[in-house]
Amino acid sequence: MQPAAVEVRHVNKLFGAVQVLHDISLKIPQGVARGLVGRNGAGKSTLVSILTGLAEPSSGSVLFGDVAAPARRTSEEWRNKVACVYQRSTLVPTMTVAENLFANAYPGSSRWVNWSRLRVEARRICEEWELGIDVDARASDLRVEQRQVVEIARALAKGSRFIIFDEPTAALESKEVARLFERIRRLKRDGVTLLYISHHLQEIYEICDSVTVLRDGRVIVPDAAVADLPKPKIVEAMVGAEIARAARPAPVLDKAATPALTVEGLNLPGVFGDISFTVAAGEQVGLAGLGGSGKEQVAEAIVGLVKPKSGEVHVAGKPLGFGNVPAAQRLGVSYVPRDRRGRGILPQLSVAENLTLTVQGTLGRFGWIAPGRMNAAARRLYDALSVVASSPRQPVVELSGGNQQKVVMGRALASSPRALVLVYPTQGVDVAAKEAIFDIVAKAQAGGTAALVVSDEVDELRNCQRVLVVFKGRIVREFAAGWNERELIAAIEGVEA
Amino acid sequence: MSAVAVNQQNFRTRLAGLGLRELTLIPALILIGFVGWLNNPAFLTADNIVNILQQSSELSILVIAETLILLLAKIDLSLESIVGFAPMLGAWLIATDPSLGGSGIGLNPALAIALVFVTGAAVGAINGFLVVTMRLSPFIVTLSILILLRGMTLGLTNGTTLFDLPDSFLYLGNAKWAGVPASIWIAALLYLVFGIVLRYHRLGRALYAIGGNPEAARVAGIQVDRIVWGTYIVAGLLAALAGLMLSGRIASVVSSQGQNMIFYVFAASVIGGVNLNGGRGRLIGALTGVLLLGVLQNVLTLSQVPSFWIDAVYGAIILLALIFARLTGDRSADN
Repeated sequence: MQPAAVEVRHVNKLFGAVQVLHDISLKIPQGVARGLVGRNGAGKSTLVSILTGLAEPSSGSVLFGDVAAPARRTSEEWRNKVACVYQRSTLVPTMTVAENLFANAYPGSSRWVNWSRLRVEARRICEEWELGIDVDARASDLRVEQRQVVEIARALAKGSRFIIFDEPTAALESKEVARLFERIRRLKRDGVTLLYISHHLQEIYEICDSVTVLRDGRVIVPDAAVADLPKPKIVEAMVGAEIARAARPAPVLDKAATPALTVEGLNLPGVFGDISFTVAAGEQVGLAGLGGSGKEQVAEAIVGLVKPKSGEVHVAGKPLGFGNVPAAQRLGVSYVPRDRRGRGILPQLSVAENLTLTVQGTLGRFGWIAPGRMNAAARRLYDALSVVASSPRQPVVELSGGNQQKVVMGRALASSPRALVLVYPTQGVDVAAKEAIFDIVAKAQAGGTAALVVSDEVDELRNCQRVLVVFKGRIVREFAAGWNERELIAAIEGVEA
Repeated sequence: MSAVAVNQQNFRTRLAGLGLRELTLIPALILIGFVGWLNNPAFLTADNIVNILQQSSELSILVIAETLILLLAKIDLSLESIVGFAPMLGAWLIATDPSLGGSGIGLNPALAIALVFVTGAAVGAINGFLVVTMRLSPFIVTLSILILLRGMTLGLTNGTTLFDLPDSFLYLGNAKWAGVPASIWIAALLYLVFGIVLRYHRLGRALYAIGGNPEAARVAGIQVDRIVWGTYIVAGLLAALAGLMLSGRIASVVSSQGQNMIFYVFAASVIGGVNLNGGRGRLIGALTGVLLLGVLQNVLTLSQVPSFWIDAVYGAIILLALIFARLTGDRSADN
């Protein structure tokens, strides 16, 4: 029997004390297109890093065609074995296609660049694979689709016969997706082995022969022919058994009152369209969807960071001008951004200043900040959120992730907002901090704040009275209180369960 | 951790605890002063100290301007050219005799002084426009403005020096208030005002916020673009003031006025603990940097270091000061 193109044997991976992969074993035979699916955090990216030599397994081994994988840090050898097409380009943007094709391994002498030979070789590869790209074009001038093609060509030029596609269609239009699939089918005919990762299950059925399902770092389905595994089965394997959780009491809403947040016909071509919903005072509503579905841009439009083309937003009945963060804040909109380090904390300022940033106007006249008042205001929030820091004067950058997130939450709540927009509010924080953050939101809710939770983590959505699902920029479904976890995930993933 | 490292750690923690992390240059300042006094007892006379302060006053005001910009993680090289160009334009418009390089217009001195400040603000506004609206690199923008204004300063008077300026035009640079040169009072007042604004006003804190993480500042509702633009204008105004004071002190406008000052501005800011990557540093630290340079210059002169060698010694000692600041636990020189 022919050896498997790739074999993973009993791989475990620990980051510190956290085990992200548990005894992973899988085999992909030569020339097979294998799908790899799993929810966020299932361990797909870690597995890809191990398969491409970027990370080392804590235990276990990887084999390519029955030969043990090269040692770590021998990137050249790894590249001969396996290539990965990510959503993000790994080409050098300032260099030409030809240079990128042979990055660091120019044909001929290894020290000098023979330009004419380089071009000839590059053109030969492009013709062989019908890539239709000018080898003298700069990588930065290529479209996403073309960049992916160059990455594929580069992998093939290096003699690699195993290619990993990690969410390759995320940034492509449907026509480009069709062309990509045509190429993938051709690679399959030529005996190239593929591992295809996607959130869109439809794509798995379209181009994969078999599928592997991961959940919480474990292999749930090791190898099933796609024909034997209908979508509901895949979703079930991805989600697992529903975990019973203590439900928080649902707030009593005043249906007749003006909603705290009204969004009507919000539209930004190419990103989202026809977005309409309301959130009542004291209500918590989820806005769910995959990465790239446009849900985060909807949130940014509401808080004034993105200017939608058309539509209206009212906060407690008052119209909101778009694209102006301070104006949105004045109307009572607060925001907890997703990327805490990149967009949340102001690293050099103290915990107290980070907490009181949105209420500076109340701390003194004419923009002056009275230190006493600031410290008192910060102390209140600091205690209410039980932030753990050496003192409110400590620079916020020195705090743990969970505490930084509490500070960002505290800042959003400092102004007693009417509407609180939270994007993945518990991403990257530990379990205890997660609960603490849910408690903080619940407390604000009890005080009459409307909360909009933007996320695709069921865990973060579980306190929501309603969940709206965004798929490709449109609200496609609304789940009322008591929603079913499995149906929700199926809707988020864009499949009918 | 070695014993030395532990000691540094302790020293830093103690200073930080007192809120004096920025004062790590004081020992160096005292050391240089002591050496200067050993070499020449004239160093420690009231006259000499006032002399040092007065000669440092223009540089110190430019350092305020540059510190504001550096806190934003931006850069402004053109400040020194405003020091030359703004007073030159004013003096040229005042001067009545074209044969001595003047315009022959004979502009009212009060108007001319106002125009000096308008010029500074206008150059700042242009810098702001190019950096904020056009999204050009602050380094290359302000470098171009520096070269442009240097050239215009020369072109205006064909390189001649303008003398015989009205007293009102020279007032800020040569007046004495309560027996002490006005320029020292002005610089001291500005340090006080800007120090307080940076610490206790929303705008001052916004500079730190923007320099630390501009995207987070925008998300938090700070009007980043407006503040960057405004800061360039304020920096231009301060540079114009420094230029007017310098002209007053030497009672003329030289076409090379302010030349090379920007190097000392950066040296003073950085050894004073202002981080070139933005968001870190305090005005009090920058002030100790200015004083260090001023004392050093004075001591070297009094010690009769050959004048052609002064700059080399100066450069070497600035380097030493940086290393010293690092050993005492300052992180501002991090790249």
